[in-house]
Amino acid sequence: MSEVRTLDVSTLPPGAFGSRTLTFWGTLGIVIIEGTVFALAIGAYFYLVTRFPAWPPHGLAAPDLRWGTLNTLVLLASLIPNELTRRAGEHVDLHRVRIWMVVCLAFAVAFNVVRVYEFAHLNVMWDHDAYGSIVWLLLGLHTTHIITDFLDSSVLTTLMFMGPVEEHRFVDVEENAVYWYFVVLAWLPIYGVIYWAPRVL
Amino acid sequence: MMRRHDPSIGGDLERLEETWADPNGWYGWFMHVDHKSIGRRYLLTAFGFFLLGGVLAALMRVQLSRPDNTFLGPDLYNEIFSTHGTTMMFLFAVPVMQGLGIYFVPLMVGARSIAFPRLVAFSYWMLLFGGIFLYVSFLLNAGPDVGWFSYPPLAESLYTPSKRADVWAQLITFTEVGSLAVAVSLITTALKLRAPGMTLNRIPIFVWAQVVTSFMVLFAMPAVMLASTSLILDRLVGTHFFDVEHAGDALLWQHLFWFFGHPEVYIIFIPGTGLVSTIVATFSQRRMFGYLPVVLSLVSTAFMGFGLWVHHMFATGLPQLGESFFTAASIIIAIPTGTQIFCWIATMWSGRIVVRTPMLWILGFFAIFIAGGLTGVMLAAVPLNTQVHDTFFVVAHFHYVLIGGAVFPLFAAFYYWFPKITGRLLSERLGTWVFGLLFAGFNLTFFPMHILGLHGMPRRVYTYPAAMGWGSLNLLASIGAALMACAIVMFLVDAIRAYVAGAAAAHNPWNAGTLEWATSSPPPNSNFPSPPTVAGREPLWENPPGQAVVVGLRADARDVLVTHVLDAEPDHRLLFPEPSIWPFLTGIATTVLFIWSIFTPWGVVYGAVPVFVMLVGWFWPKSAHEGGTQLWPFAHRMLPRPNETPAAGGAI
Amino acid sequence: MSALDVNQSVLSPAGIQASAIHSLWSLMLWVCAAVFMAVLAVLFVALRRGTRNRSHDDFEPASEAALSRSVGAAVGVTVVVLIGLLTASVWTGRTIGSLHAASAVTIAITGHQWWWEIQYEDAVPGRRVVTANELHIPTNRPVVVKVTSRDVIHSFWVPNLQGKRDLIPGYTTALWLQADRPGVFRGQCAEFCGMQHAHMALDVIAESQQQFEAWLEAMRQPARDPSDSTLRRGHDVFMHARCAGCHTVRGTEAAGQIAPDLTHIATRHTLGAGTLSNTAEHLAAWIQDAQRLKPGNQMPPNPLTEEDLLALVVYLETLR
Repeated sequence: MSEVRTLDVSTLPPGAFGSRTLTFWGTLGIVIIEGTVFALAIGAYFYLVTRFPAWPPHGLAAPDLRWGTLNTLVLLASLIPNELTRRAGEHVDLHRVRIWMVVCLAFAVAFNVVRVYEFAHLNVMWDHDAYGSIVWLLLGLHTTHIITDFLDSSVLTTLMFMGPVEEHRFVDVEENAVYWYFVVLAWLPIYGVIYWAPRVL
Repeated sequence: MMRRHDPSIGGDLERLEETWADPNGWYGWFMHVDHKSIGRRYLLTAFGFFLLGGVLAALMRVQLSRPDNTFLGPDLYNEIFSTHGTTMMFLFAVPVMQGLGIYFVPLMVGARSIAFPRLVAFSYWMLLFGGIFLYVSFLLNAGPDVGWFSYPPLAESLYTPSKRADVWAQLITFTEVGSLAVAVSLITTALKLRAPGMTLNRIPIFVWAQVVTSFMVLFAMPAVMLASTSLILDRLVGTHFFDVEHAGDALLWQHLFWFFGHPEVYIIFIPGTGLVSTIVATFSQRRMFGYLPVVLSLVSTAFMGFGLWVHHMFATGLPQLGESFFTAASIIIAIPTGTQIFCWIATMWSGRIVVRTPMLWILGFFAIFIAGGLTGVMLAAVPLNTQVHDTFFVVAHFHYVLIGGAVFPLFAAFYYWFPKITGRLLSERLGTWVFGLLFAGFNLTFFPMHILGLHGMPRRVYTYPAAMGWGSLNLLASIGAALMACAIVMFLVDAIRAYVAGAAAAHNPWNAGTLEWATSSPPPNSNFPSPPTVAGREPLWENPPGQAVVVGLRADARDVLVTHVLDAEPDHRLLFPEPSIWPFLTGIATTVLFIWSIFTPWGVVYGAVPVFVMLVGWFWPKSAHEGGTQLWPFAHRMLPRPNETPAAGGAI
Repeated sequence: MSALDVNQSVLSPAGIQASAIHSLWSLMLWVCAAVFMAVLAVLFVALRRGTRNRSHDDFEPASEAALSRSVGAAVGVTVVVLIGLLTASVWTGRTIGSLHAASAVTIAITGHQWWWEIQYEDAVPGRRVVTANELHIPTNRPVVVKVTSRDVIHSFWVPNLQGKRDLIPGYTTALWLQADRPGVFRGQCAEFCGMQHAHMALDVIAESQQQFEAWLEAMRQPARDPSDSTLRRGHDVFMHARCAGCHTVRGTEAAGQIAPDLTHIATRHTLGAGTLSNTAEHLAAWIQDAQRLKPGNQMPPNPLTEEDLLALVVYLETLR
């Protein structure tokens, strides 16, 4: 056998952050999937709009602006502790990670609670007509995201407090923050559709 | 970094095999995470569903073999054709292609594992449980009976009050969750786990095909999940998405469904073309001609595949301008496919061809698939489409495309890779018979259907009057189906015989050029005791003597080399997860949730609790020393700062 | 296909639209057949060459540049052929679509599980005609068919005359057709619509303008009163058994709206939307237990005494 050269990788670091990690690409895949679901649901909304002379149909009132707008502000504000969590994770700073994740969770509790009021002020039930169905679907889809984001952030926070804290958990913290960004930013078009489309159209 | 090295790692090799082994025993069987093990399960399970779907097809052919037949009643016939289509699309075609991807993508890119192996294991359980759910429902007389497309209002509870349409909708959820997860894993594997040196322009075409397909899955499958969820909501909690009486719209379903349904055809067919490119190159003994045009064809097919959905809706009476756009799109998509066909022919033209069984299937693929592609061009023409849409002409067309474009390449792949998977060779002589019989049986079954469609026979009819004059051609088709059944039985006999007592296969029996042939047959647990690096598109043909191998990965942990997306330069190492029971348990909990939710919306709420518990179990650290990771407080920080450049392995 | 007893074929067009589509079909068939043969011929030659190359160690491989030129040329030809076919398709589409005329007969067709409701529109409400499962049209005169559905999606397809059009609840779309020779053309539902999708056919009877007018005038007549005791008994059975709850017979008190109008049932060629030929025996069997003949359809079994059944059939046979 002829001599075989080697490529020694033993000195490479056992992990990385950002787009260099596998987790990032996994998260990106999930973002594509869920982004497509949101986009198609919004598409379905506007498709139904074209089928009616007036929107919302049958003289229904548009959803009340107050709670939805409040929640938009809460969600946007949560981006600040979220970004600080992300940075703390990237710097492998357990102390800060713990602090900012708890703050994030407080925000998550807040926007999940406000969401209940949003549902109560849509001014239509899901079984009233297709307009009610699609509005509830849009809000419901986003709600499943803020609930799951709250739950998996809670688990991660618990892990960071209870330990054993493994190194790669900091990558998880970072990717959790990336996903949080997606959940908040995806809300903006949905907010526009649910609350403003009936007023503008 | 480069030094001379003795490739035999000696004692480490045993340790390495032990590290990468899945646990034994019946309990261990539920914990497998090795992509080869999961891939084999995928292939076997999908093939099992192919056989079940085939049995249903045979029943339909018996019923239609003569006019006014009473072998099957309308109710059972409708259930059978719906379950046949649902099985073949969701439980066979997509999973079998993904199964090949799970098994071969890591091997072809020179990786020790697929990315997110536990997620892939979970996907398998989703496929298996979904399939079992469908067939148990079928046996309980609750199989879907509203077609694989499940159009409302027919699928709404007013017209289908039984649980049949719900079973269909939840089967979709099962299989799509699995497909989406596998797609993410395959993309990540191909982008991040390639052997050093495998730059973008050296990725095997089959891997390209899997990546392109996986991206299509990410964009297409959400549409059908959204649609089927809306349908379940309509049926379960009284929403009105598709209910005309309450401002809903029946065509909304068709838009959503075909936004998925048309790309679905390419999701099945693009991996098939990847197989053809692989096998044509090997048996022509030259690298594939036109690598760039072929890869671009795959990508452009994927893009265009999303612009064609309306050509399933020409009969709904759309405005003419819209129709013309979709006609043009549907016709233009023939260009990339044609380009690929010409490149294959050019490869053969300038190659040194040896015709063995895999190549026979590829030749069969050409004849059948080209015919199917051409009838596809006919169907793109709106006026002609309105005549033959929903007739047996279309049944003939898509069986030519899907059996020609996917099943024949799959059989080719089976004969091609069987030695790699099992270490044994199939019989060339029996293989030739199987091919001949299936080719003849296929054409005898499906060619007459073109004529039947033109003579007015609609799809999905359980019987027809004798006066229609469709009897003799239908009988011919049924005889062809019997021939196909014989071919499949012979194939099973050969496969089982070879598995038990076939001749031992060399590591590279076809003298192929891609990396899966660089390891033993079957591959060891770690895939590559010394992970390869590559210096060409067909490394086994083009690597210079003494091409470097990767060293320095731990033998006592599942240490994997992660590389850069574009140039596949070494980036960092990553410890991969151990075998685990949690994907199985999560699969069980998810199954409970899905089935429960058919009966009450509270099933989603209560059913989510065990799923959540299982997921926490999945991600919870198992022990202080799992895989030997560093624990807080870290003795010294192993993770670099984000802007630090890692010490790369240097030039290869 | 030998001995076609029934006209239900794309390949024997009997109208302007079907003829135009048939021409497009012929063009496509020949072009595609030629392409198919050409590609397979080249493939065969490539296979021969490639196999021969193997046995000659000193073979000169074709230069990559030459291969590129050939593949490029083949792609070019593909593009040209496809554009040609696209043009032909759009052209045919325009021919079919441009048939608007004021003299058109307007017919509304509504799909039901599993039968066709047919209504001839008229400016005078009293002159509107409602029938089922049998469409009469004049030859050489444009007909506009307005389709919709009352329940699930169906598809109206009479291949000898025109391509199909889906009947979708909530939508009404118009389809133009014109027969250029007299004849009976069978059509069949082409969108899967549930259990009896297979038994949802209709006959289109194309006839001269005079015959058509005469038929339409006959259809406008209400049913005559029963003239003898048997007929009276049949009439009473119809009114007092369950028939009148679902079916209409104009001129009587039967005004049910959910099943086919039976005012002129005896003139129709088939029963159960093409399930059976319209004979007295079939009619009796259908009334007794339509579920046996067309399982799943909406008509319940009717356990009548033999005399009642006979009288009912005799009565129905007079509804011409």
